[in-house]
Amino acid sequence: MIVPFQHLLILASIIFFLGLMAVLVRRNLIMILIGVEIMLNAAGLVLVGASALWQQLDGQVMVIFLMALTSAEVSISLAMVVYLNRRKKTVDVRAFDELRG
Amino acid sequence: MATWIFYILGAVAVAATAMAVTRRNPVHSVIYLVNSFFALALIFYLLGAPLVAAWEVIIYAGAIMVLFLFIIMMLKLSPGEEADRQGPGPLQWLPVLLLGGALLGCTLLLLQLDPAGSQELPNWYASPRDFGYALFHEYALAVEIVSFQLLFAAVGAFYVGRSASRKERLGEER
Repeated sequence: MIVPFQHLLILASIIFFLGLMAVLVRRNLIMILIGVEIMLNAAGLVLVGASALWQQLDGQVMVIFLMALTSAEVSISLAMVVYLNRRKKTVDVRAFDELRG
Repeated sequence: MATWIFYILGAVAVAATAMAVTRRNPVHSVIYLVNSFFALALIFYLLGAPLVAAWEVIIYAGAIMVLFLFIIMMLKLSPGEEADRQGPGPLQWLPVLLLGGALLGCTLLLLQLDPAGSQELPNWYASPRDFGYALFHEYALAVEIVSFQLLFAAVGAFYVGRSASRKERLGEER
């Protein structure tokens, strides 16, 4: 692998900001969750790259914990999407702007 | 050779992610995102993490994205029905593109300023055996805590997603 570490960081930051844009611009709850997924993946890319740079396994172990965290987060948040959809019959975030349960 | 593969895969990952972000139909987004995750998994393999690459395919592309597809199908979100029918227009995209572009530009400038970033990634390969040793010896306690976290997530998802209790159903009928 003859790539400078910088190029890996550039790739990860482009993917991270694409995910951030998805969170900011989309109004569909599911698309916002997909944006969070993209950001977490970019973080995982940096962790694996750092693991290769310093030749330590800790970064890869962190990625495994990141995957466990992501699956827990996704299962809870998709359950909440189903719950919210049952209450208001929509997944548009503009329907949930009134701070009432 | 590996260098060129890295750049091609990086371009594929960025393009697939950009497509996923801009699609109106959530199902199309999820499929593009699976494509992006495959590219990222191959990059992980190039970086000497074969086990993480396999888990990226199995857990992210296999389990999590299929969960998204299940939920989209369960909610019956077809593109014409509801939720983002028009998609965000240019008026929504403009400030987000400006802010995101400014943040990305500043990040890239910071990366340029750092001299340590230009060192090259070495040829390195973490065998699954070493990886398993590190995971279950140095991080054994963390593995236990993560297993608790998954259990709590399962219980929480079951609690939030349970069907409405009898009392609530009576209230809706009234």
